[in-house]
Amino acid sequence: MTVTQETAPPSPGTQRPGEQAHTDSATAFVPDQSRAERKTSYDVADFAIPGGREEDWRFTPVDRIGGLFQVEPTDESRLTLDISAPQGVEISEAKAGDRMFGSVLRPADRASAAAWAGAEKATLVTIPNEVELGEPVSITITGSSVVGRRPPRINGHLIVDVGRFSKATVVLTHKGSAECAANVELRVGEGADLTFVTVQEWDDDAIHLAQNDALVGRDAKLKHITITLGGKVVRVCTNVRYAGPGGFAEAIGVYFADAGQHQEHRLFVDHEAPSCVSNVEYKGALQGDSAHTVWIGDVLIRASAEGTSTYELNRNLILTDGARADSVPNLEIETGEIIGAGHASATGRFDDEQLFYLQSRGISADEARRLVVRGFFAGIVNRIGVAGVQEHLMAAIDAELSLSMGPASI
Amino acid sequence: MATLEIHDLHVTVDTENGVKEILRGVDLTVKAGETHAIMGPNGSGKSTLAYSIAGHPKYTVTGGTVTLDGADVLAMTVDQRARAGLFLAMQYPVEVPGVTVSNFLRTAKTAIDGQAPKLRSWVKDMKAAMAELRMDPAFAERNVNEGFSGGEKKRHEILQMEMLHPKLAILDETDSGLDVDALKVVSEGVNRVAASGDVGVLLITHYTRILRYIQPDFVHVFIDGRIVEEGGPELADRLENEGYDRFVKVEA
Repeated sequence: MTVTQETAPPSPGTQRPGEQAHTDSATAFVPDQSRAERKTSYDVADFAIPGGREEDWRFTPVDRIGGLFQVEPTDESRLTLDISAPQGVEISEAKAGDRMFGSVLRPADRASAAAWAGAEKATLVTIPNEVELGEPVSITITGSSVVGRRPPRINGHLIVDVGRFSKATVVLTHKGSAECAANVELRVGEGADLTFVTVQEWDDDAIHLAQNDALVGRDAKLKHITITLGGKVVRVCTNVRYAGPGGFAEAIGVYFADAGQHQEHRLFVDHEAPSCVSNVEYKGALQGDSAHTVWIGDVLIRASAEGTSTYELNRNLILTDGARADSVPNLEIETGEIIGAGHASATGRFDDEQLFYLQSRGISADEARRLVVRGFFAGIVNRIGVAGVQEHLMAAIDAELSLSMGPASI
Repeated sequence: MATLEIHDLHVTVDTENGVKEILRGVDLTVKAGETHAIMGPNGSGKSTLAYSIAGHPKYTVTGGTVTLDGADVLAMTVDQRARAGLFLAMQYPVEVPGVTVSNFLRTAKTAIDGQAPKLRSWVKDMKAAMAELRMDPAFAERNVNEGFSGGEKKRHEILQMEMLHPKLAILDETDSGLDVDALKVVSEGVNRVAASGDVGVLLITHYTRILRYIQPDFVHVFIDGRIVEEGGPELADRLENEGYDRFVKVEA
């Protein structure tokens, strides 16, 4: 068994005062309970309205998202739902009482429970057994606000059910303006392979609180990808469980926060089945005054989860003064019979020595920054493995950089 | 023909103990086709001279002038200096994760020439230059300086110098940390650039070892922030035998 708590600062000589390479949960705070004891319930009344001091809300600007703690119906007139799916995929609606409805997800906080109460029906994407999709399923949620009014309320509920030995890619995109509370249930059948991408490209006034729960079947594979670029406040909680041994889960995240944006990603991988693998990698860049990102990576290896292998990594690149990145990896291990468990977290500033080096080769300061940021994201973007998403994301990162440095010269 | 003229250059650096003057009146002229060696003990300010010419923000020029063909180098940004024809091969090149050598070099070449190089000849030239420096072709797809050995970093610096065709190349202790084989390869690269006759080379070194492979036209002894003695290659031989004690004692 190996347990590593790696602190991974940038290369020697590049670390500078004020850089925080590692926040260790054991020293930063003492959790009041094991992750296993965290409450889940379908009843919104079981969750008090968060005040901002709770463990799972302490980084979130709860004063800016109060509406989403209340149960309100979806403003259907301001919601557009576009779905395109290749042949072999069934798109339907599911209601309470249906087999898949609530089969994977139980709300773990007030916003998720409010979304649950507000959404009477769910969109159900069914990929039958032993089907390999050639094209992704694409689902786009677009909210449209009325000038001068609060963005419309959307309660989202999506269920993706991948049958055994099937292979599918599902891309969920959020655009426009909305106050969106949403639940996503992902069931990956035995031996199946699901790539699920959730893209947050909201307008600047949008608020989005999401809970994504995945149940990875025996010998199944899940790649869960979160891309957060837009919105005022975006908080995506992703919880992964395993239905049997041999499951493999990869959680990849890419985010880019601008001035005034709050982007929060909370991961919880619950290893209960033996011989499962989890691999979490999130990378983000921040620029602008009060840009704030939060990454929480909880991993629980229960006593029964022998043979587990898990690794979590979070890297943040702060491009300007005034931005803040919080990064908290947590590892709870209840058995010593594991293959490996580790995590690493580092937050660094844009490196002046890199800038000098590139500039000394004739490259302008803006172009140098662009190279460094593109380089920072290149590896993780390539891991996404969905060509259209990768190209779109690199273009979006370029567009983000253009905000602070003007359009690309080359 | 390019000429770098440094006149009465004074440079300070901010330290924990306040502002410290490192360069105390440097005068030096380097012309295209000439190879100059600057030699001096540790802490004499040799590297400060190199980085001040390149425009590193850590150093503050408090007096004097630096011109390249009459143009005021000190008024230029770091990248403008490179585009004007200055090149600095660094002692400790930094890593740039996720940026490949080939992407980096092509971006730099495009910036310096003002237009993208013709793809076919560029790839051919780069392959040839890498072969001369005994670099594996796969090197081009590695990330800049990431996981490079000391020798690979220095070869990569020389590769850049050969591909970017500067008017004036400054080599900051390029010889340090190299074994004899790597030193020979790197020296051959410098000699190829110098042999073109249209590049001035300013070689900064602590040791005389590299001067067995690169023949300087002029040797300058650098002590305590200025040049204290100048001569031809024979001065290097004398330093090899006597060390810097003679000069340090004079200063004391």
